[in-house]
Amino acid sequence: MMVSTDIQQPDSFAFSAENTEAVETIRAKYPEDWQASAVMPLLDLAQRQEGWLSRAAMDHIAGMLDMPPIRVYEVATFYTMYNLKPIGKHHVEVCTNLPCWLRGSDAIMSACKKSLGVEEGQTTEDGMFTLSHAECLGACVNAPMMQIGDDYYEDLDEESTMAVLSELKAGKAPKPGSQINRFTCEPETGLTSLESQKDMLRAKVGGD
Amino acid sequence: MLKDQDRIFTNLYGIDDPFIEGAKKRGDWDGTKKILEQGREQLVENVKASGLRGRGGAGFSTGMKWSFMPKEVGDRPHYLVINADEGEPGTCKDREIMRHDPHKLVEGALIGSFAMGAHAAYCYVRGEFYRETEALQRAVDEAYEAGLIGEDACGTGYKFDFYIHRGMGAYICGEESALIESLEGKKGQPRMKPPFPANVGLYGSPTTVNNVESIAVIPEILRRGPEWFAGLGKPNNVGTKLFNLSGHVNTPCTVEEEMGIPLKELIEKHGGGVRGGWDNLLAIIPGGASVPILTKEQSATVTMDFDALKEQGSGLGTAAVMVMDTSTDVVRAITRLSAFYKHESCGQCTPCREGTGWMWRMMERICIGDARIDEIDLLEEVTRQVEGHTICALGDAAAWPIQGLIRAFRPEMERRITSRQSGSTEAA
Repeated sequence: MMVSTDIQQPDSFAFSAENTEAVETIRAKYPEDWQASAVMPLLDLAQRQEGWLSRAAMDHIAGMLDMPPIRVYEVATFYTMYNLKPIGKHHVEVCTNLPCWLRGSDAIMSACKKSLGVEEGQTTEDGMFTLSHAECLGACVNAPMMQIGDDYYEDLDEESTMAVLSELKAGKAPKPGSQINRFTCEPETGLTSLESQKDMLRAKVGGD
Repeated sequence: MLKDQDRIFTNLYGIDDPFIEGAKKRGDWDGTKKILEQGREQLVENVKASGLRGRGGAGFSTGMKWSFMPKEVGDRPHYLVINADEGEPGTCKDREIMRHDPHKLVEGALIGSFAMGAHAAYCYVRGEFYRETEALQRAVDEAYEAGLIGEDACGTGYKFDFYIHRGMGAYICGEESALIESLEGKKGQPRMKPPFPANVGLYGSPTTVNNVESIAVIPEILRRGPEWFAGLGKPNNVGTKLFNLSGHVNTPCTVEEEMGIPLKELIEKHGGGVRGGWDNLLAIIPGGASVPILTKEQSATVTMDFDALKEQGSGLGTAAVMVMDTSTDVVRAITRLSAFYKHESCGQCTPCREGTGWMWRMMERICIGDARIDEIDLLEEVTRQVEGHTICALGDAAAWPIQGLIRAFRPEMERRITSRQSGSTEAA
């Protein structure tokens, strides 16, 4: 099991009252004889509750689903979104795959390092931010981009990257999505299709 | 250029309301019951007749795939599984369907499931797409609420459930049998075939796995008639397609266009042209990370369809076009992809597990010229040893970009090696 010895593992885990309801909703999606299907969403739920995935949480879920604990550990260590040790409150993941790299993801990563004062894989001393690079996050026409928690911040440059991080540091919620004058994934200069929506778009992004 | 009246994704950019009221105004859920009343066989025939080829990358006939499912439902239930694990570098089309036009996917899932005798569909969405999952879940909830799916879908008496399952960050789960393994609560490692999913798929039951875009275009095809779809594009490469334009174009974007559109026209009409003009173009990867690179000369004339790109030694893949101008270090670009495949290899097959590491390390050295010229041949040889020797296509996907690079840019690779050698000789 890939649990480092330097991590303080809690002795026990239990889902909160609210999440206990969510557990039932999740389990109901899968046939009675195939409840192991619920392992991934339940691990995610536990991680959302605790901020990371502890051994106690994995064992608890193994018990709930009647799975050998090793099967749960296998899943938890296979998928990159499970954090097997505590991470910062905000997980900043900069996409560095080809489409983002072509549009300057190196500079975005540097801006993050500068703003946060940490290197890749590190967490700030106050426990607020963990910085990582990510493989393609699937927002390539809005490159370069980064994911923080559940949100995407797109069409970044160094300045807007620093601005997003500053807002988070100040306890504010920066606006996700494109950080330039662009609605979503349409061409920045205006629509080249869907003629009838041009006015509606103009009303949303302003400008000409 | 595709006319607006022939577009399927009429809310591609989310400018209009993505949810049920907006969706119905745009024509979704119009006459779904009548479509289902055509019956299973006719629906499959119509999808076949439309000429739709799978939009996930492989381009296999969707109707044909559906026809592989058992005609009668026996002891084991049938399943439709929708592949929304969009992770091929360059690709971001299914994301737009899920967040801006989710009802097309839910309606398509009902029709597809009905056509294959399935009463449940599982949609496997990559975990990073949290907001997209929220949008899709809202559409699903709305469809249940309106009686469009559920115990009595669209008043047909047919029971249909739509479930969303989130992945947790593993590119390999985009491979259909790895996706099924993952959905069953295991590591996402591909299965040997046969048996094929149509016989033994999810929970040991007959299963068809389709890409999001393939399913989302189904309702419109059936509403307008298969001949409408078949009449767009080129023979054997018909219909409309979502294209992603990324990299060094002036206006990166996602756009729906006709299959077979010339690549140059696609870039100039929607991408605002290559940064610095067409003459500043170096190369293009036309269909996601795993398809071989095209030179500027090839890019000038090729059309964007399965057959034309195959003829050029590349592929349409997911139609994710990554444009590189002359400022690009093309060897570094492909090395980045090699690092990606090394990271994403599931580790099950030795040629892929070890080979992706070998290929990446050699690419890193060639990048800085720290190699011998004949190592380019050795690298090519390693790609051939990986290609075709693994359970799934990840090994092939890791091999092809390098083969494409050697084919198109071998002189550049050699130049680096010789210039480093002469540099070190001079220094010595």
